[in-house]
Amino acid sequence: MIQVVLPAHLRTLAHVGSEVSIEVSGPVTTRAILDALESSYPMLRGTIRDHVTLQRRPFVRFFACQEDLSHQSPDTPLPEAVCSGKEPFMIIGAIAGG
Amino acid sequence: MSKVRVLVGTHKGAFVINSDGKRDKWEVSGPHFAGWEIYHMKGSPADPNRLYVSQSSGWFGQIIQRSSDGGKTWETPGGEKMPAPGAPPSGESNKFAYDTSAATGKPLTTHQWYDGTQHPWEFKRVWHLEPSLTDPDTVYAGVEDAALFRTTDGATTWQEVAALRGHGTGPSWQPGAGGLGLHTIILDPSNPQRIYIAISSAGAFRTDDGGKTWRTINRGLRSEYIPDPTAEVGHCVHHIAMNPRRPGVLFMQKHWDVMRSDDGGDLWREVSGNLPTDFGFAIDVHSHEPETIYVVPIKSDSEHFPLDGKLRVYRSRSGGNEWEPLTKGLPQSDCFVNVLRDAMAVDTLDSCGVYFGTTGGQVYCSKDAGDSWAPIVRDLPAVFSVEVQTLQ
Repeated sequence: MIQVVLPAHLRTLAHVGSEVSIEVSGPVTTRAILDALESSYPMLRGTIRDHVTLQRRPFVRFFACQEDLSHQSPDTPLPEAVCSGKEPFMIIGAIAGG
Repeated sequence: MSKVRVLVGTHKGAFVINSDGKRDKWEVSGPHFAGWEIYHMKGSPADPNRLYVSQSSGWFGQIIQRSSDGGKTWETPGGEKMPAPGAPPSGESNKFAYDTSAATGKPLTTHQWYDGTQHPWEFKRVWHLEPSLTDPDTVYAGVEDAALFRTTDGATTWQEVAALRGHGTGPSWQPGAGGLGLHTIILDPSNPQRIYIAISSAGAFRTDDGGKTWRTINRGLRSEYIPDPTAEVGHCVHHIAMNPRRPGVLFMQKHWDVMRSDDGGDLWREVSGNLPTDFGFAIDVHSHEPETIYVVPIKSDSEHFPLDGKLRVYRSRSGGNEWEPLTKGLPQSDCFVNVLRDAMAVDTLDSCGVYFGTTGGQVYCSKDAGDSWAPIVRDLPAVFSVEVQTLQ
């Protein structure tokens, strides 16, 4: 099982705690994780990536294993530690403001 | 006994405020959806316990919330966790996809941008939700970039009323400083086929065939800040109000000028009269006296607060031109708040209640049609919208 950490506002929206477990069939990529997450929690559709273009929303970031994976292709395989559930895939609401 | 429910959208959440018909004691519930911007929330005239909310955030985009119990509990329509296989479309209550299909006849994907080039239409947020007068599951949504959407399944899915954006003037619509938002939707109770809408920096439009075709209704408007002051589009309409008992008579607060039309928008004439400034955002009409209208004059073009630090509602009992300041109970010194376009509403009790919210977080109520005012809550986040339901 893949562990996904959600930002606070999306936990409230999805009625879940800070971390959710999801199952991904096939290669574990950002796209596969988001597909599985949105399938289990449809209310999250459109909040992490655009409904139509599927582009990551500008102030949402993806972190794992101390790396920012936001700019890599959504089809890039994720680190083994994420695939095995040892490390979480973190969806972050960027610090933005002043 | 009658009750009143006030729906307040703010910069950081939604509030539901209840009182009995005396309107003396208020019970505040909220914040609902804390931390999110609530541009608008409104109840269904056909089922007052059915409420719809536009919830949005710069981080996570648009969410639509729905309540079937007057705001006690909420749901994102079609957002149930782990939907059954083969269930109807899920997770689409916040999907506002512009119609570019050939079926519209004129797939339209760009509008005028600030630099004069054409720019793709991009959904940003829902500014206004207007539930049907007769069906609790049908709602219209006015969005930025300007378009009109409709749901007929309780906000589970939305479809664009594409003919509006396909109006011949669409490519020339251009955003103003506040964005290219469709902010006003008025349904005509005497004619289900007639809908009025208004768009910032574009103007007002009307359909008489349920949205299949649209016409501009900007004749008589004069805007010195555009190259042709009497152009067909380009007028910065801030809000339009109509007393449902007298459809066809419209009152408009424009960027500058307060206007009225007695023929469904075919022709407008200015009724700013003796207002100290004819700039403002909010405008509304008395529930029982269709010639009694309210505005909140605001200093502009950049200050956007009341003149002289005095918060004054102005009332005309003659349908415009002659205005009187209403000050009793409102701060008359050092007040520098704004009152936004959707932040004024009226109830339908015998003694008409008038309500408005400020960017300073106060919501004021007048139980006597404006003669005197009192805050029903005074320290909310900046108020974006105020709607009132009169309940039996």
